[in-house]
Amino acid sequence: MTDLTILEERFQAKIDAELKIEPKDWMPEKYRKNLIRQISQHAHSEVVGMLPEGNWITRAPSLRRKAILLAKVQDEAGHGLYLYSAAETLGTSREQTIDDLLSGKAKYSSIFNYPTLTWADIGAVGWLVDGAAIMNQVMLCRTSYGPYARAMVRICKEESFHQRQGYEIMAVLANGTPEQKEMAQDALNRWWWPSLMMFGPTDANSPHSAESMKWKIKRQSNDELRQIFIDRTVQQAEVIGLSVPDPALKWNEATQHYDWGTIDWSEFNNVVAGNGPCNKERMVARNKAHDEGAWVREAALAYAAKKLKRKAA
Amino acid sequence: MSQQEALFTYCLRQADDLLILSHRLSEWCGHGPVLEEDIALTNRALDHIGEARNLLTYAGQVEGKGRTEDDLAFLRAERQFVNTKLVEQPNGDYAFTIARSFLFDAYHLPLAEALTKSSDAQLAAIAGKAVKEAQYHLRHSSDWLKRFGDGTEESHRRAQAALDGLWTFTGELFVQDDLHQGLVKAGVAPDLIAIKASFDETVDNVLAEATLKRPVDGFMASGGRQGKHGENMGFILAEIQYLQRAYPGAKW
Ligand SMILES: [Fe+2]
Ligand SMILES: [Fe+2]
Repeated sequence: MTDLTILEERFQAKIDAELKIEPKDWMPEKYRKNLIRQISQHAHSEVVGMLPEGNWITRAPSLRRKAILLAKVQDEAGHGLYLYSAAETLGTSREQTIDDLLSGKAKYSSIFNYPTLTWADIGAVGWLVDGAAIMNQVMLCRTSYGPYARAMVRICKEESFHQRQGYEIMAVLANGTPEQKEMAQDALNRWWWPSLMMFGPTDANSPHSAESMKWKIKRQSNDELRQIFIDRTVQQAEVIGLSVPDPALKWNEATQHYDWGTIDWSEFNNVVAGNGPCNKERMVARNKAHDEGAWVREAALAYAAKKLKRKAA
Repeated sequence: MSQQEALFTYCLRQADDLLILSHRLSEWCGHGPVLEEDIALTNRALDHIGEARNLLTYAGQVEGKGRTEDDLAFLRAERQFVNTKLVEQPNGDYAFTIARSFLFDAYHLPLAEALTKSSDAQLAAIAGKAVKEAQYHLRHSSDWLKRFGDGTEESHRRAQAALDGLWTFTGELFVQDDLHQGLVKAGVAPDLIAIKASFDETVDNVLAEATLKRPVDGFMASGGRQGKHGENMGFILAEIQYLQRAYPGAKW
């Protein structure tokens, strides 16, 4: 046996024994790469996700809603920070990770390439988008890489508040005036299918899945998580009197799950390829913030260096 | 003007400063120069809106006509807002945003401290909650002003330009009209001469450390406290009030 195989076997044994992998531990290069890709994508999603929601802060319909939305978007920025730090433990700098986003090399969740057109979209995003993200994130609290799992535990505590505030917005609208109800239904119609796409390709078409499962980076498959989400969310929609825009949706007594229609994967691929409604705007906004912030970051560095020099003198 | 009307207006003056500044800061959300500053600005926006809500709710109680915080925030027109012109100024670059907050913080902290001793128990309680936040805000804006002033040539130039541009709006913070003087006599509001002295000390100390020049007092803009704002104000309110105006009476 070569040294490498021995290391790999030990690594797998650790994972099988549910022990966490820590930054200083030996790990296969592909495990490291896979994690860097996943964690940085996740970090970018938190940050880009601030844009569609930030879009409504100044127009929130009550001071209470405004404060809640501010707090939520602030949480998302915090999540971005935890995750950039988690990615750094794998030996990639935050600057490099962010540059990859800005150059278009790194991806973020496609869901944030859809626009928030009305106030109800803020409800739909919290309810459905955070709701779908939570499914993934709860699973990731048990992921095999220690820093990622610990970041997720902190994040999950905040995410359930995000989902609840979104659902509450929808519930109030659905029980409000006819115009408000229409606004809520329209938002659900537009966000439903993109939310289902958030779980990623079907298991049969998921390129990274098998390895991620073996290494316990992922612990449940895309399709499993998607089904749990559907089962839960359809019932929540019923409670507030909104209808899920899927004519094939039907409770299946035998499987104890909902049967449902099919995702339009051509739309998904199109958005991933950069042709969603807001891909360009999102990248322009991130690049603009970064470019216009350059002199600010330079000033902070220059000042810190001067201070250090004065201390030494 | 009765004492009750004076107190109502006094609450609105403070609340409107905080509400409009919070609005301006929240425009940065998602567009900050670094993620940490996105968080810091959102945090400020949240603190300001929290204090504004307490003040608006209290104003509604003082007025006694059943108006809520939302009625006062979303259903007053331009001429009924009594914030200073300082806080309504557009964000500009990051130096401008920081300098605007710094000038406000240097006024807001001693004001909040003094109001904790107000003869009005409710105002004192609201200020009591705000003092700690205001201390943090002033530290944050002072630190950045020092970084800009004593950072690079470019940051120095931008910070000085921001201060020079904003200075004309600082006078209005300290104007004591009859309404204010009446409240000072009643022990409700602090004498703004003392607040100005504290403001001057903070400004001088921080600018000295930042190697920035204190602008010379020249023409001081006014009118905000009388509801005579800049042209920006209508757009701010159009944005804030859009949903409440478009769907009258709806609950959110
Ligand atoms: Fe998040
Ligand atoms: Fe979230």
